[in-house]
Amino acid sequence: MSRIQTVFEELKQRKRKALIPFFTAGDPNPQLTVPLLHALVEAGADIIELGVPFSDPMADGPTIQRASERALRHHVGLHHVLDMVAEFRRSNSGTPIVLMGYGNPVEAMGWETFAQRCAEVGVDGVLTVDFPPEEGHEAFAHLEKHGIDPIFLIAPTSTDARVERVAKQARGYVYYVSLKGVTGAGHLDLAAIEQKIPQLRRHIQLPIGIGFGIRDAATALAVAKLCDGVVVGSRIVQEIENSSEQDVVANVSKLVKELRQAVNLA
Amino acid sequence: MTYNYPDQYGHFGPYGGIYVAETLMGALDELNQAYEKYRHDPEFIAELNADLKHYVGRPSPIYHARHLSAHLGGAQIYLKREDLNHTGAHKVNNTIGQALLARRMGKKRVIAETGAGQHGVATATVAARYGMECVVYMGAADVQRQSPNVFRMKLLGATVIPVESGSKTLKDALNEAMRDWVTNIENTFYIIGTVAGPHPYPMLVRDFNSIVSKEAVVQMPELAGRQPDAVIACVGGGSNAMGVFYHYIDMPGVKLIGVEAGGHGIASGEHAAPLTTNSPVGVLHGNKTYLMQDEDGQIIETHSISAGLDYPGVGPEHAWLKDSGRAEYVAIDDDEALRAFHDLCHFEGIIPALESSHALAHAMKIAPTMGKDKVLLVNLSGRGDKDINTVARLKGITL
Repeated sequence: MSRIQTVFEELKQRKRKALIPFFTAGDPNPQLTVPLLHALVEAGADIIELGVPFSDPMADGPTIQRASERALRHHVGLHHVLDMVAEFRRSNSGTPIVLMGYGNPVEAMGWETFAQRCAEVGVDGVLTVDFPPEEGHEAFAHLEKHGIDPIFLIAPTSTDARVERVAKQARGYVYYVSLKGVTGAGHLDLAAIEQKIPQLRRHIQLPIGIGFGIRDAATALAVAKLCDGVVVGSRIVQEIENSSEQDVVANVSKLVKELRQAVNLA
Repeated sequence: MTYNYPDQYGHFGPYGGIYVAETLMGALDELNQAYEKYRHDPEFIAELNADLKHYVGRPSPIYHARHLSAHLGGAQIYLKREDLNHTGAHKVNNTIGQALLARRMGKKRVIAETGAGQHGVATATVAARYGMECVVYMGAADVQRQSPNVFRMKLLGATVIPVESGSKTLKDALNEAMRDWVTNIENTFYIIGTVAGPHPYPMLVRDFNSIVSKEAVVQMPELAGRQPDAVIACVGGGSNAMGVFYHYIDMPGVKLIGVEAGGHGIASGEHAAPLTTNSPVGVLHGNKTYLMQDEDGQIIETHSISAGLDYPGVGPEHAWLKDSGRAEYVAIDDDEALRAFHDLCHFEGIIPALESSHALAHAMKIAPTMGKDKVLLVNLSGRGDKDINTVARLKGITL
């Protein structure tokens, strides 16, 4: 069983929902990435989505774009991110790490090399935002060969046929984007999400995580009730942006603990 | 035509495709279906053709640049006068087509990205013409160097949003427009201005601009007694080049030459010439193509004197035409383009856009090496009024 499967199985037995925080590797600086990963685990993260910096993050809002810019000022590239995961794995063997980013840095490295490196350092899943199943099948074959789960987004605008198509290719869990827009945008329409979930469940046997627009304990709890896992990205990145380098680990830790408590009530 | 790219998923050989987040897939499906439905619809075609004739002023003439040709002493240079279109460039051929599609799809708001501002102006123009709300994203650096076009867009009723992120040029404007589209997908049509982006855009923009070569294949025999030996066009994203190349692709006797921006010179690294320099292939803005990037796969900043060519990628069909050997790609640097700009003013009384000056400069480079009976067709894709501030500044003059 993969680490991601194991985590969802254990949560199911304990009747709990997964908390999946996101931040960008190298933000605010490369030295803090591994300490932040450990702090997130201690604060109650079940899975961590680690952003790979990219110069042109089209699907992200300004908050996560600025995180990429800060990381890129330190020249944090994909191979650094993989090294960071390797370092994290020296003292953590249980928490799944999902790399999230855009396809071009992987294209530049080569999918086979990337997949092999992921397996070596202990990456569990990969979400390349701009590679839909149609274009990615060859790329994803490399991931599967090395036991890495390709993670996919589903959007409010995804038709039944598209949900079915994604479901066929997806492993690990499926990430439902809870609003129309980019990361960090707008406010949640819980009724709309609630309506969409049964359509997703018809095709998707995997756990469903929901993200985009979750900003505090209340929204985390409300969303957790509707699915298997809650993804929080921009709110955490905002905390990193607003903290001094001395306080950033403590501040992020405090925020994630609050989210954990909320999600536990679901 | 025997040439039949792209395939149904938008692939030109290994290039093109649909590399976007799931959040955009629904909208692209919808656009694809609408285009398939209307592209052969007699009513749609009639409306498009009527506006191209009466509103844009098509067909645009071809002009034999006799004085310039005589001065160079070699091949005869002919200019396809897209600069004489309403709004002053080829861009309007495409924006009319897309706006008519938008209207049929029930979208009341259009958005666009723009580099030099020509596509922004062409979009603002058709939005006014068809009564649509219009928002144009433009890199903050381009807003500075293309201020006349910014004012024109505002006069036409568009909202111009300067984009402060990244390199503050065309690619960042494209990122921002994509974000707007994802957010407002229900009521908004994204009018992409070049032959890049996810399928069906590269095909759609090419098709609407192919009117340029459709006219030229008829006009050239009338005027020059035959088809040209080579067709030459500047390439940023590559929309005017695809327009003037398209109906010549199946004529093997006609060379196709795309001219990229050499900026401060290829050796300086400060240019926008991914094809000429054999940049690595990558994925940006929804398609796979040659892409200026560093070893980590991050997109690098480009440079050109002309905002319209200042783009790190290139339309996927050009990538394919390069690999298949059907077209060749060269670079012209800032200084060469500027000399061509002045020469055309001086010899022919035509002020060309700095973008088009790149194509002209290459024609002027090769014409003297060819016989006087040879014929070069240059796509004069836009007029240079928008560039007078840039050119004046280089001469140390404040207007």
